[in-house]
Amino acid sequence: MATVVEPEIDALERFRAEARAWLAEHFPTALKGKDNALSALEGPTEQSPDEAAWQRAMGEKGWGVPTWPREYGGGGLSRAEARVLQEEMQRIGAWNPIGGMGVMMFGPTLLEYGSEEQKREHIPAIAKGEVRWCQGYSEPNAGSDLANLQAFAADAGDHYIVNGQKTWTSGGQWADKCFCLVRTDKTKKHEGISFVLIDMHAPGVEVRPIKLISGSSPFCETFFTDVKVPKADRVGAEGQGWTIGKRLLEHERSNLSGAGGGASRLFAGKPLGQMAKEYRGTDDRGRIADSDLRMRIVRHEMDLRAFALTLRRSALEAKSNQGPSAAASIMKNVGARITQTRAELAVETMGMQGLGWEGEGFSEAEIDQTRTWLWGKAVSIYGGSSEIQNNVIAKRILGMLDHQ
Amino acid sequence: MAILNEDQVMLRDMAREWADNEAPVTAFRTLRNAGSPAGYDAAQWQAQAEMGWAGIVVPEAHGGAGMGYLSLGLVLEALGRNLGASPLAATAAATSALVLGGSDAQQAEWLPRIASGEIVATLAIDEGPIFAPEAIATRAADGKLSGTKRFVAEGDTAQLFIVAAADGLYLVRGDEGVARMHRAMVDHRSHADIVFEAAPADRLAGGGDGLLAQVADRAAAATAAEMLGLAEAAFEMTNDYLKTRVQFGQKLSSFQALQHRMAAWFTELQLMRSAVEGALEAIDAGRSDIDQAVSLAKAIASDTLHLSSREIVQLHGGIGMTDDHDAGFYLKRARVLETMWGNAAYHRERFARLNGY
Ligand SMILES: Cc1cc2nc3c(=O)[nH]c(=O)nc-3n(C[C@H](O)[C@H](O)[C@H](O)COP(=O)(O)OP(=O)(O)OC[C@H]3O[C@@H](n4cnc5c(N)ncnc54)[C@H](O)[C@@H]3O)c2cc1C
Repeated sequence: MATVVEPEIDALERFRAEARAWLAEHFPTALKGKDNALSALEGPTEQSPDEAAWQRAMGEKGWGVPTWPREYGGGGLSRAEARVLQEEMQRIGAWNPIGGMGVMMFGPTLLEYGSEEQKREHIPAIAKGEVRWCQGYSEPNAGSDLANLQAFAADAGDHYIVNGQKTWTSGGQWADKCFCLVRTDKTKKHEGISFVLIDMHAPGVEVRPIKLISGSSPFCETFFTDVKVPKADRVGAEGQGWTIGKRLLEHERSNLSGAGGGASRLFAGKPLGQMAKEYRGTDDRGRIADSDLRMRIVRHEMDLRAFALTLRRSALEAKSNQGPSAAASIMKNVGARITQTRAELAVETMGMQGLGWEGEGFSEAEIDQTRTWLWGKAVSIYGGSSEIQNNVIAKRILGMLDHQ
Repeated sequence: MAILNEDQVMLRDMAREWADNEAPVTAFRTLRNAGSPAGYDAAQWQAQAEMGWAGIVVPEAHGGAGMGYLSLGLVLEALGRNLGASPLAATAAATSALVLGGSDAQQAEWLPRIASGEIVATLAIDEGPIFAPEAIATRAADGKLSGTKRFVAEGDTAQLFIVAAADGLYLVRGDEGVARMHRAMVDHRSHADIVFEAAPADRLAGGGDGLLAQVADRAAAATAAEMLGLAEAAFEMTNDYLKTRVQFGQKLSSFQALQHRMAAWFTELQLMRSAVEGALEAIDAGRSDIDQAVSLAKAIASDTLHLSSREIVQLHGGIGMTDDHDAGFYLKRARVLETMWGNAAYHRERFARLNGY
């Protein structure tokens, strides 16, 4: 990726004024604060005209992917400018309407490893939010042990014929494309894996949604039967897929940790302290009435702040360094813990009112909170489970030995 | 494991066997899928009553077995293991109120019908989403009771309510002046809001001032026993899974990181069992520190079931997140049971108060 020179303070303030004016002109005020924390996870809903207009404006400006190069439809902003943009959006209750796996994982990976043609073909569409991507990594017997994957791409000249099964494919049922790890060589483990792009509308692709404990069905079993994949849709060299695939996982982790706003969207909603006062009442000194709950909320808030400070510190330290690193594992685990603790505390705060499933007697916000809590159990499982991240930390950062 | 007498050993073995054969988790899944608000299977409840479970805490003089709370706990634990959907816990909670506070006439009228399984009874205390026995607005005057109770277990079908009013507990039949609103909750059991409007009510005059607290303690201890069943079953399912699931060419159970997790979890379960049995035994012995023993049990049971319900999902990986797998059922039932009759925070606070902290 091209290195962007960080602008001077004056230039940043000029950018702030520019961003503020642009947002004032393009963000439909009716959408203020209407971001739905689960929408990125639970699939597309019908867009209102306002939402569609907002997405189009941000897509054309490239600000949905602010730091991506302008030549491929990105915003071409420095990190500092992107932060300013973020602040300005927050100030007016606006949010980024462009997201999904294309933005969080595939785009950055393709920018690094893709050919010029591949970047020109795929990146602008991601930047505009026009094409949805899903991740074809996991298989029934290749979860944590991803390199054990068996889906096979047989060489057929200028294309591959892919056969196999993927599972837990989030968003598979509404995705247009799938970035997929397949085996091109059965005799080698890691070196036999290639990274290919599969058209989800191609003949031979079948998806079956799986219902989650939260009641929604955002993920699928995906079956490939004699699916034709042009070799032009392989990213990197044949057999280099593991390296590329792992890089993508680093992007996934750093996004899920909250660094990229992924998990932090699950924090949307009322502050816990305020919720606790509403549901639990206050004592004669105006504090949350339940002292035990109060202290646990405080502990969580402190955790959250320490996390934010750590994210900032590691961002500063990583400035010279490009892209995410093994530290992403640490941040993913802390992010997962905080996300889950928040959801547990929110549910506890509401008592029985926080355990509604549907129907009368519960507000929409309460049901949302319940579902978010159940959904949130996944953040310590997907993208490499917390246990696997701990293994990575022990081996790669601490230099400990592989368990035999 | 508490020292059980011969009858209790028989009861425990029978309950386990029945729950495994007649009420496995698949039975609960079928019930959930059918979506009936009743939340239990009437035929199964009859079968449980025929085995004498509905009368375990009913004195022999009124047609029960008079076996006490440790025995009741053995059955609830067995049911809890398989997420059995039974009105037993709610009925037993109401029974304790009648036994402790009912007049001879009230006991004679209701206890035999409870023991035979003819009626489902329940306790209605809370008026909000949080257990708060000290904040009750429901009023009774001239034999008529008015007020709204929330999240009443088995409230959709109960024919007898033991209702907490400002001046004590009242016995209310399930018909006149009673309106029910079903609440669809994550655990897919019955938790209805009940509006009492000038419902004919009989006061339970015995038991003294502390009757409500004594009854709530018995309800909490029984719930803790059900929670013990859930926690242990979650542990066993996970342990079995780790012994079969292969990743990195090895059984998951060969990874030391997971071995230590399981060892730590198992350790917590030992403390949970002792605390739960301790509370049930304290009730049976009529000890003076029942309140402390119950708060200890419910706080520890809540924390340990919380841990258990998180671990069952986490250690099953992706499959644990699917509705097709049972792990989510344990997670969802767990949070509801944790919340009922005071959660861990409530009971830690009460324990602190009782001990002068
Ligand atoms: C909501 C959700 C969305 C997902 N979306 C996608 C997607 O879009 N695309 C995709 O490809 N995949 C997706 N996944 C799959 C996800 O990446 C896998 O579930 C994950 O990698 C774990 O694999 P597994 O489910 O096979 O669990 P397993 O690998 O069987 O693990 C079971 C348990 O054992 C632990 N464990 C495994 N190995 C070790 C070890 N060596 N040391 C210690 N502990 C270990 C795990 O941490 C876990 O707790 C998704 C999963 C979820 C839950």
